[in-house]
Amino acid sequence: MTRRVMVGIFADEQQVMQATRAVRKQGLRIMDVYAPYAVHGLDEAMGLPPSRLPWVCFALGLSGAALKVWFEYWTTSVDWPVNVGGKPWDSLPAFVPITFEVMVLFAGLSTVFAFLLVSRLYPGKTAVIADRGTTNDRFALVIEEADAAFDPQTIKRLLETYGAVEVFERAEETAV
Amino acid sequence: MGEAGTVRLPLIQGGKTLAQVTLDVLAPMERRPGLLWWIAFAGALGLLALGAAAVSYQVATGIGTWGLNNTVGWAFDITNFVFWIGIGHAGTLISAILFLFRQRWRTSVNRSAEAMTLFAVMCAGIFPLIHMGRPWMGFWVFPYPNDRGPLWMNFRSPLAWDAFAISTYFIISATFWYIGLIPDLATIRDRSRAGPRRAVFSLLSLGWDGSYRTWQRYETVYTLLAGLATPLVVSVHTIVSWDFATSVIPGWHATIFPPYFVAGAIFSGMAMVLTLMIIARKAMNLEHYITHRHVDVMCKLILLTSGIVSLAYGTEFFMAQYSGNSYEQFVFLNRAMGPMAWSYWTMVSCNVLAPQFLWFKRVRSSLPAVFVITIFINIGMWFERFVIIVTSLHRDYLPSSWASYTPSPIEVATLLGSFGLFFTLFLLFCRLLPVIAIAEVKGVLQHGHPSGGGQPRHEEGSHQE
Repeated sequence: MTRRVMVGIFADEQQVMQATRAVRKQGLRIMDVYAPYAVHGLDEAMGLPPSRLPWVCFALGLSGAALKVWFEYWTTSVDWPVNVGGKPWDSLPAFVPITFEVMVLFAGLSTVFAFLLVSRLYPGKTAVIADRGTTNDRFALVIEEADAAFDPQTIKRLLETYGAVEVFERAEETAV
Repeated sequence: MGEAGTVRLPLIQGGKTLAQVTLDVLAPMERRPGLLWWIAFAGALGLLALGAAAVSYQVATGIGTWGLNNTVGWAFDITNFVFWIGIGHAGTLISAILFLFRQRWRTSVNRSAEAMTLFAVMCAGIFPLIHMGRPWMGFWVFPYPNDRGPLWMNFRSPLAWDAFAISTYFIISATFWYIGLIPDLATIRDRSRAGPRRAVFSLLSLGWDGSYRTWQRYETVYTLLAGLATPLVVSVHTIVSWDFATSVIPGWHATIFPPYFVAGAIFSGMAMVLTLMIIARKAMNLEHYITHRHVDVMCKLILLTSGIVSLAYGTEFFMAQYSGNSYEQFVFLNRAMGPMAWSYWTMVSCNVLAPQFLWFKRVRSSLPAVFVITIFINIGMWFERFVIIVTSLHRDYLPSSWASYTPSPIEVATLLGSFGLFFTLFLLFCRLLPVIAIAEVKGVLQHGHPSGGGQPRHEEGSHQE
């Protein structure tokens, strides 16, 4: 299935930010904005909810730490207790450093993997880019032409008032 | 925060546009290397070859090829290990800690500082591995189900903590670095013509398309990784210092060690970052990006950490004398006045005295002067570890076992080899990847330019910092 989208290309972060706000105020569906760098405040202009990745980081970090404490306890005091200088079997304070390191490792790697997963980034993926310049100096605002009420001419004029250097329509595959 | 351009100095000079940033940063990658690069690369490769020969010889023969004896059982290898780990810490300071403190000048230097971290940790890792004598058994430091029981490792040992700390540090730093690289790899991909170069960068950039939904998550991940890397870097050098502090050797058994080591690490690392940056900005025409202001700020950080290190030297000397423990008292007097006093005073002159010149703005704004001072600090911080390790060991509790230590040529060659590895990797990095985080620099381009730094800005918006 294909759907039609309208792409507005901008050369300045302020322009794309204001155009995004205006388009959203009109009730149109913004599919995405493509930018060469993280423009601060654009998430709010697009109405994006905050990312839930911190929860992944928290949960996996906590699991990593718990798993490691259990593992250290199990190996040193259950599976094969070895007397090291008369120290107690469950030397919990001595387990702290490695537990911390494993927590960081679990939290960090799981956050990155979760990020790659939800953003569908993987080696071998072909980037479908709105405009070649979006990784260099251009910003692209992509709006979905959702229904028959969508009037390309009006929207085109709207984008141009915000300084769009180029506006075009395109058919896009929806199966991602 | 609204427009504060009138009080802020621009971070990037020369009124660059977005496209110009891409061009400037990628220019060194897209032209053939100059004669200077080849000379430097040949030199680094030569040192690496020397080191590889020395390492092969000592692995084949045994670590009896070193100058160690029964009394001085740790010397050059552990000195080099701590030295290199310390160098790495400045990279994490710049990439993670300064990120959390919203020090946006870091964008010009974080990529190369992080690369420096990775290469320094690689250099550091070599030494404990060789010290094992049978490096192919290196995996024994990790718990794995084995057919000896399974006999698990001793989790109470600081050396085991060290293995975990260094590996985690390397993995997290490498991940952080790679995540930071993805948008820039996509920029290179979209600039290259179809061919092997584009194929490689296509693969590495994971299909990055600059989608803002992804950017938003990317920023979240970046902040999380910075938040994780900050305590990590403190933990790594703390654990390295515990290798010493948990022992009962006078001069090592001190509670001051963790903060003293962490500050020393950042001090030495900052010096190394400056050494590299001062050359790189000139050699790669990046003067507009790595400006005098960056050098100035880093000099101030050096001054701060030098102050902490100097205070630690004084504190540990005073506490040793005040402790009433004659062994502690002796070790410190022996450091300053014994047969190895020359190394102690080298350390003090390089780490305490040399940085004091940086109080003067004229010194801070002179690149050759800063360069010379950073070289002194690099030398001084190497000697700090040498002093801590060798002077504490060579005259221990029993005068009959006192001994001296002289490094063997093999050990010196290994140290030179580690510098060879470091510079080989760094020079390759300068050729193969963007040395400046392009996407991050673009984000700070308008910093301090009320008119928008070469970019037309039609309306005053709520540009957030």
